[in-house]
Amino acid sequence: MPATVDAPADAPLLQVRDLRTWFLTDAGPVRAVDGVSFDLHRGETLGIVGESGSGKSVCAKSIMRLLDEPARIVEGTILFRGRDLAHLDEEGIRAVRGREIAMVFQDPMTSLNPVLRIARQLVEAMTAHGRFTVAAARTRAIDLLRRMGVSAPERAVQSYPHQFSGGMRQRVMLAMGFSNEPSLLIADEPTTALDVTIQAQILDLLRELNADYGTAVILISHDLGVIANVCARVLVMYAGEVVEEGAPEDLLTDPRHPYTWALLHAAPRLDAETEDRRLVTIEGQPPDPRAWPEGCRFRARCPFAVGKCAEHPALLPVGPGRATRCWVTQDGGPLHPPGRVSAQAAPATTAHPAPLLQVEDVQKHFALPSDGLFAPHRLLRAVDGVSLQVMRGETVGLVGESGCGKSTLARLVTRLYEPTGGRIVFDGHDITHASQADIRPLRRRMQMIFQDPYASLNPRMSVGEILAGPLKLHGIVAGDAAARTRVRELLDLVGLPARNAERFPHEFSGGQRQRISIARALAVGPDFVVADEPISALDVNIQAQIINLMVDLQERLGLTYLFIAHDLAVVRHICDRIVVLYLGKVMEVARAADLFARPLHPYTRTLISAAPVPDPRVERTRRRVPMKGEPPSAISPPSGCRFRTRCPVAEAHCAAEEPPLMAMAGGQMVACHFPGRI
Amino acid sequence: MIRYVSSRLAMAAVMVVLATLVIFLISNTVPGDPVLTQLGDLAASNPATVAEFRHKWGLDLPLWDRYWIFLSGLAHGDFGVSIVSRRPVLEDIADYAPATVELASVAFLLSLVVGLPLGVMAAVKRDSWIDHVARALSLVGVSAPTFWLAFVMLAVFYGALDVAPGPGRLDPVSFPPARITGLLLIDTALQGDWDTFHDALAHLVLPSIVLAGATLGLITRTTRAAMLEALSQDYVRVAKAKGLRARIVVMGHALPNAMLPVVTLGGLAYANLLAGAVMTETVFSWPGLGRYTFQSAVSVDFPAIMAITAIVAAIFVLVNFLVDLSYALLDPRVVKK
Amino acid sequence: MSGIAQRIVVPVVASPSRRWLRRYGLAAAGAAIIVAWLLLAIFAPWAAPYDPNFVDVAGRLKPPSSVHWLGTDALGRDVASRIIYGARISLLVGFTVVLIGGLFGTLLGGAAAYMRGWAEEALMRLTDLVFCFPPIILAMAIAAALGIGTGNTMIAMLVVWWPKFSRLARSLVITQRSLEYVEAAQTIGFGPAHILLRQILPNAVGPLIVLVTLDLGNAILVFAGLSFLGLGVVPPTAEWGAMVAEGRELVQQWWVATFPGIAILSVVMGFNFVGDGLRDWLDPHARNR
Repeated sequence: MPATVDAPADAPLLQVRDLRTWFLTDAGPVRAVDGVSFDLHRGETLGIVGESGSGKSVCAKSIMRLLDEPARIVEGTILFRGRDLAHLDEEGIRAVRGREIAMVFQDPMTSLNPVLRIARQLVEAMTAHGRFTVAAARTRAIDLLRRMGVSAPERAVQSYPHQFSGGMRQRVMLAMGFSNEPSLLIADEPTTALDVTIQAQILDLLRELNADYGTAVILISHDLGVIANVCARVLVMYAGEVVEEGAPEDLLTDPRHPYTWALLHAAPRLDAETEDRRLVTIEGQPPDPRAWPEGCRFRARCPFAVGKCAEHPALLPVGPGRATRCWVTQDGGPLHPPGRVSAQAAPATTAHPAPLLQVEDVQKHFALPSDGLFAPHRLLRAVDGVSLQVMRGETVGLVGESGCGKSTLARLVTRLYEPTGGRIVFDGHDITHASQADIRPLRRRMQMIFQDPYASLNPRMSVGEILAGPLKLHGIVAGDAAARTRVRELLDLVGLPARNAERFPHEFSGGQRQRISIARALAVGPDFVVADEPISALDVNIQAQIINLMVDLQERLGLTYLFIAHDLAVVRHICDRIVVLYLGKVMEVARAADLFARPLHPYTRTLISAAPVPDPRVERTRRRVPMKGEPPSAISPPSGCRFRTRCPVAEAHCAAEEPPLMAMAGGQMVACHFPGRI
Repeated sequence: MIRYVSSRLAMAAVMVVLATLVIFLISNTVPGDPVLTQLGDLAASNPATVAEFRHKWGLDLPLWDRYWIFLSGLAHGDFGVSIVSRRPVLEDIADYAPATVELASVAFLLSLVVGLPLGVMAAVKRDSWIDHVARALSLVGVSAPTFWLAFVMLAVFYGALDVAPGPGRLDPVSFPPARITGLLLIDTALQGDWDTFHDALAHLVLPSIVLAGATLGLITRTTRAAMLEALSQDYVRVAKAKGLRARIVVMGHALPNAMLPVVTLGGLAYANLLAGAVMTETVFSWPGLGRYTFQSAVSVDFPAIMAITAIVAAIFVLVNFLVDLSYALLDPRVVKK
Repeated sequence: MSGIAQRIVVPVVASPSRRWLRRYGLAAAGAAIIVAWLLLAIFAPWAAPYDPNFVDVAGRLKPPSSVHWLGTDALGRDVASRIIYGARISLLVGFTVVLIGGLFGTLLGGAAAYMRGWAEEALMRLTDLVFCFPPIILAMAIAAALGIGTGNTMIAMLVVWWPKFSRLARSLVITQRSLEYVEAAQTIGFGPAHILLRQILPNAVGPLIVLVTLDLGNAILVFAGLSFLGLGVVPPTAEWGAMVAEGRELVQQWWVATFPGIAILSVVMGFNFVGDGLRDWLDPHARNR
C-alpha cells in the first residue's frame, strides 16, 4: 500500500477537478458526468441533488472507481489526500475502497450477499485491509451493529440478510461503511428505498456518526428535504454538471439557478398552506446526454432565459460560499417567486352527502405457503377491518408505510381482489362478492391508475390499441374510425400529441407513460378513479406535472379520487380528506388541513415529524417525535392497539384492548386510547 | 429444516409411486405384444400355446390386478422376472448397472472439473479468448450427436491412430477382477491389480469423453450465465467497495450465488447420464444399463422395462430430492420461505 | 464544448456493420445453414444427384470422388443423396415434435399459471411426473411398444416433449401476471381468456421462441439417436441417425458414418446459433452492450 501523503491540514480532503465520466457505447459516448468540480473538507457533509440522469450517482461511483463497462473516466482528476484516484492502479484504489472511502448504496435489499452470514460480510470488510484479526473484527462487528442501533447484535451477526428488514440492512451497511473508520463516506440515495419513519432514523444516525467520528459525508439524493436535513453544503446537478453550489440555508430559500428554483417549487410542501392545488412545473425533458445542447444546458426549459444563455456559462460565484452556472443571476438578483395562476380558485368541491363508495369493516387475508406438507397455513392480514367513505367529487388520501395494506385496499375497492370479510358498496351496488361478469358494467365507472409506469402499459400494444381496447370492450364507440377519433381526444385530454397513437410504450418517458395510463383509465368515462401511488416512481418536476393534470381532470370531469401515497406532502397538497393506515387498520381520518394542524393519533404525529422539509430553518425548529423500532409483521400483529409497540405514549391498557375508531370534534376520527396526548 | 426435509421426502415417495403407475399404463395399454416377439410366428398361431404363455406371465389378468401385483412386488424388492433372460430383473440390473454407474460417474466428474472453471473464467473474462473457447466448446458439446461423436473418436483414436483401446470395458486378454462393487476401477484398486486397473482406466477414456460432451457443454453454459448474472448484482459492487481482492469478490461472493442453478442442472445432468448412456454404450459395446434397457425395449420385455423405468424414475426423484436439499444448504432463504 | 470533445481520445467506435456482424453474425450464419437445409429438403428430388435408394452392389463403399461426392455406402447407395433426403425426415420430425409439443406445453403451463389453485397444482405435478423420465428411456419404451416407425417415434417423443414448455410458460405467465398492465386490463373489465391470450402471451412469447429454436436442434438429435438405435425409421428410408448406425462398423470406410453426423451437427449448431442470437436480441441488457 502506498504511504498516505498527507497534505496540509487545511487542504481539502477531496478535490474533484473537471471530472468527465462517459459511457463509451457503440452508439457514441454518453456524457453522464461532463465537467464536475468541487471540494470537500474534512468532516464536512456535502449533499448532491439532482433528478435521475443528472449524473450524481455516476459521479459517486467515479470517486470509488466502481464504474461498470462501458463507463470510463475520460478526463479530470480526483485528488484525495494527495493521490489522484482517477489514475490510481487497481491495487492502489483497492486499498482506498472501504478503508479510506466507504460507500453505502441505495437498495439495502440487494446490497448484502444473500448466502453469507452478516458476520462474514462485516468481518471481511475489516480483515481485507489488514487492520484487524478475524477475532478482533468479530468483536468489533458486534460493537458496530450495537452502535448502529441493531437490537441483539450478538444474534444479528449470526443471521443471514433475508432475516432483516430494509432499515436493519441499511444499518448493517452503515456498520460496514464505518468499520475501518474511513475519512469519507459516500451515501448514494441511502434512504430512498425506505419508509419515511425509517428514513428519519437512518438520517439521524448519519448525522450522529458524522459528528462522533468526524467522517466527511457525501449524501446523494433526489430529495431536497433529505439533503436539507443532513448537509452543510449542497451541489445541484443538472445534465452532467454542477449548476449551483451553496449552503442549504441560502440555496433552498433563495435559489440562484432556475433549475434549483424549479426543483424547489415543484415539490409540494408539508409545512405550507396552499390555495391552489396546481404546482409550478417546468416544461420538457432533460436534454439527451449524447449531445448536450450548446450554451446553457437548461436554456430550453428555463422560464428566465435571456439571449446570453446561448453561451455556456461557467460556475461563477454569486456571494460568499455560493456559485451558480447562470447568466441571469450573475448580477446578484434573486429569482422571483412563481406567479400563481390561481385566478380561478378551485371551486370548493361541493361534496354531496351521499357517499359514492362505502367500505365497511373490510378484510383481506392472504394464505401464505406453509412451511411443510403438514404445517398449518399462516395468514397475512393485509387489510384487517377497514371502514371508510368516499363522497362524490372529493379526493380521499390513503397514507401509510409499506405493508400497511393501502395497495391491497385499492385492489379490494376495485375488486381485483375479493375481500375475506366486510362489505364494499359502490353507489348503491354491493360489490363485495360480485362476480367479474356482474361487476363489468360498473368498471365503466370505476377505474384505476397504477404506480409503475414501466409495468402498467402492455409493451406489445401501441398506445392506440391500449386506449381503444376499453372503448371497444364496453361498446362506447361504434366502429374503428370513431375509436380513432376518441383515442385522439383522450390523448389530447392528457396533454399528449395525437400522433402518439401509433407509438409503443417504450418510446415514452415515465411521465408520458403515466399520462397514457391516465388516458386509459379515463377512456371508459369513469366518475371514480383509484390512484395507487401514481407519482412515486417519477422525478419531482414530472410529479408536479402529473398532479396538475389530475387536478385539472378532476375539475373538468368531476372525478372522485381515492389517492394512495406514502408522501405526506403530496397527500396534504391534493386531498380533501386523509385516511391514515397502519398494519391493515385505520388509525385516523381527518380533513387534510386538520390532520396536519392537530394530528390526534401518535402515529400520524410521528409520520408528519419524520417527513423532511426542504428548509433548514424550518427543520431546526420543528418538533421531532422519533419513531421507535421497526413495524411489526402483519402475520402476527401486536395485541390491542397495533401501533403500541412503537408508540411513544403507549400504556399497559393499549396492549389489552384495541381502541375503536372514535369520532372527535370536527368530523375527525381516531383509533387511540389517548388521542392528542402527544 | 427437519420439516422441510420430511415434506420433500414424502413428496418424493408419492412421485415414485405415480411414476410406476404412468409407466405401467404406458407399457400395458399400447399394442406391443411380447407374445409375438417371444414365441415367434409359428407358436403364436397356436391358441393353446399363447394362452399358456399369457397365463404364465400374468398377461390374462385385469389391468389393475397386474398393477397391484407389480406394485406389491416392488414393495418387497421383487421386480419380477425378465421374459427374455428368465432371470429376476433385479439380478439382471445388478449385473448391468455397475458398468453404467462407473462410466456416468467418470463422465460427470470430467464435465464438472472442466466445465465449472471454464464457465467461471469465461464469465469473469467476458469476450476474451477464453470466453470464446468456452462458448465454442459448449456449443459443439450440446450440438454433436453422441453416437456420432463416439464413432468419430473410435475411428480416429482407435482405428487410425491406435492410441486408445477399442470397445469394451477391458481388453479381451485381461482377467476381470473378482466382483466386489462391480466398478472395475474400485475392484481392481482394492485388490491391488494395477495392470487391470490401468486397462480399465484406458478403456474409460474415450467413452467418458464422449458421454461428458453434452453435459460439459450444459455445465459450462449454465455456470457462465449464472456467474454473469451474479457478477452484475449489487452485492458484488458492495464487495468491491469494501476493497476486497478481485479473487475474493469472484470466488467468495459471486460463485456461491451462481452455484444454485448449476446444482439444479448438475443433478439432472447426472441422472440423465445414468439413464442416457445407451448410445455411448452401444458404440463402445459397454455392457451397461442402457444396452439392457434397449434390448428389453426391442423385445417388449415388460417386467424389465417397468423395473428399469421405475428405478430410473426413482433415481430422478432421488436426485431432485438431493438437489432440493443442497439448495437448502446453499441458500439460507429456501428453508425460511 | 466541442473543443473538449476533440481533446479527449475516445476509443474508436466500431462501424455499424461491424457491430451488427459481431452481435448477430453467428445468428445469421445459423439462419443461413437452416435455410440451406430447408431448401435442400424441399427440393430434394432436384438437388440430390442420385436416387437415394438406388442399390449398386458393384459400386459399394466407394470413397468420395467426383462421381459420388460423399462416397457410397455398403449397398452402393449415394451418401450425398441419402443425406439430402434424410434432411426431409429430420426437419419434419423436429418441427412437428417441437411445435406440437411446444404449443401443448405452453397452453397447459400458461393456463395452469393463470388459473392458480388446485388446477395449477395438479397440472404442474403432472409436468413434474413426466419430467421424472429421461426422454430417451421413455421414448425408447414407447417406441418399442408402439412398434418401429417414424410416426410412432414422433408420438413417443411428443409424450415426453411438452413438460419443459409448460414449465417455462408457467414461470413466464407468473412473472407477467404480477405486472400492473394485467391488473389494468382486469380493471377495464377484460375476461381471463382475453388477458391470457391477448395480453400476457404476446409478452411471454420471446423466451418461448428462443426455447423452440434451441429445442429444434435437440429434437433432431433425439430422433437421430432413436433412429441410430433402430427405433426410428424403417429401412431403407434415408435418415441421418440410421445412416450413422449403418456405417458405424465401417471404420475404414469412414465417409459412410461421418458425413451424416456432420449433417446433424450442422443443423443443430444452426439452430443453436439462431436461438442464442434471438436470446441476445430479446435481452435488453445484452442488446445495449
